[in-house]
Amino acid sequence: MSAEKMLSVKDLHVYYGQIHAIKGIDFEVEQNEIVTLIGANGAGKTTILHTISGLIPAKEGEIKFCGNNLTAMAAHNVTKLGLSHVPEGRHVFSEMTVLENLEMGAYTRKDRSKISEDLDFIFTRLPRLKERRKQNAGTLSGGEQQMLAIGRAYMAKPKMMLLDEPTMGLSPLLVGEIFEIIKLVNQMGVTILLVEQNAKLALEISNRAYVLETGRMVMNGLSKDLLNDERVKDAYLGG
Amino acid sequence: MDIFILQLINGLSLGSIYALVALGYSMVYGIVKLINFAHGDIIMVSCFTMYTAMEIAGLPLLVSIPLTLILTAVLGIIIEKLAYDRLISKGVERISLLITAIGVSIFLQSTFQLIFKADSLRYQAFLPSKTISLFGIEPSLKSVVTIIVSLVLMLALTLFVKLTKVGKAMRAASEDASAAKLMGINTSNVVAFTFAIGSLLAAVAGILYFESYPRIEPYMGGMLGLKAFVAAVIGGIGSIPGAMAGGLILGVAEAMTVSIGLSSYSDAVVFGILIIMLVLKPSGLFGKNIREKV
Repeated sequence: MSAEKMLSVKDLHVYYGQIHAIKGIDFEVEQNEIVTLIGANGAGKTTILHTISGLIPAKEGEIKFCGNNLTAMAAHNVTKLGLSHVPEGRHVFSEMTVLENLEMGAYTRKDRSKISEDLDFIFTRLPRLKERRKQNAGTLSGGEQQMLAIGRAYMAKPKMMLLDEPTMGLSPLLVGEIFEIIKLVNQMGVTILLVEQNAKLALEISNRAYVLETGRMVMNGLSKDLLNDERVKDAYLGG
Repeated sequence: MDIFILQLINGLSLGSIYALVALGYSMVYGIVKLINFAHGDIIMVSCFTMYTAMEIAGLPLLVSIPLTLILTAVLGIIIEKLAYDRLISKGVERISLLITAIGVSIFLQSTFQLIFKADSLRYQAFLPSKTISLFGIEPSLKSVVTIIVSLVLMLALTLFVKLTKVGKAMRAASEDASAAKLMGINTSNVVAFTFAIGSLLAAVAGILYFESYPRIEPYMGGMLGLKAFVAAVIGGIGSIPGAMAGGLILGVAEAMTVSIGLSSYSDAVVFGILIIMLVLKPSGLFGKNIREKV
């Protein structure tokens, strides 16, 4: 419980109307880590990410990020602190161009020269986005939209990125490509909290993992240990 | 043929006023999915402000116009912050927003009736009632000024939304409010700003409209507001070019109906077009297919 934890969540409770979706969870993410949350559909993974980024309110508990209390903070202020959220289903602005989407990612920044450097970086690493920068994001393929969603979050120059199901609905080839991009983002100094259906890949890429079942954390540990854990194998890795 | 062109100009003049008002409905709907039924009354407020500035306070025209525009835009922000902001951030049902809008409308009408009484007031037009020569036809100066001012404003709005950072934030919030928040956009401020722009355009529309129809009373916003709303729906509510096109179509249709001698049917034509549109293409001319957001 030292002070240098980048993100710490303590005794978090979240309700959806009458439904007690998150029932008192604790977890932490340290700087430069990749941490993954695994769990079945409806376990509460997306709810946790939405609560951290301020899209839904917490009922009880505390969320701290780099010394700031996020618990009752509005979503747009959370983003300003350096925490970017890539939502499930990508949510690119489909009626806006690829370039405009990336500009929206940098909405809170004022350092114009650094913004264009970061834009160049994204276009160098993701040349398909560069080719299509004048096209509306809605015309991109699913994989390209996911790249754009991650690139857009990167444009905020975040300290930490929350990634929600980044490979959902993508072909195996693209899944590999997206995971390479996630690793690259992490190498650029961005701490990552990853929610992923593909538990095997998520455990392979991450340092640590938490296992979530119906709103409670039931296990946690180093990802390489969880990969060999019989219970995790049975429940999430297809035996 | 000249008569036809003359009527077309009259129609475009009326239509560009509908378009300016329709933009306010459409932009607000695009972001918060609220049909702001108090928007028509904003026109009424702008006219009474103009009347007060010119006739009661005796201010010169070049002071009265900017003053009216600013006060009306500020009123738009105040209404949004007092009446809608908390409801929107709580994520209430749309029907609650709609009922609130009707409440705001009744409040504005009653307040102005209390202050200015129910009798209509004469309003001194500032543009002379004369015609000008234009390629061999003689449209009224008022129509031509109305069309030019409206077109300039619509062009400015289009460029603003397309090119500026705030304009892009408006488009982003309109398309996906949650994603816009995740970009660090304060959507609550974007909504207030949208109300300000919508009210400003309604004020311009009000000032121009009552150049040609210079009688004002507290309930005058109703029909004008309703027709502009119809224009927004015909164009595809939520769409900026749609509101412009819808307004112009209605204006021209109304003027043409009058010109063939069926002026008592002009309202029927307006609402008839709405019914036909709702049957053939309910999402409107420029409307997108309605897509459920997760």
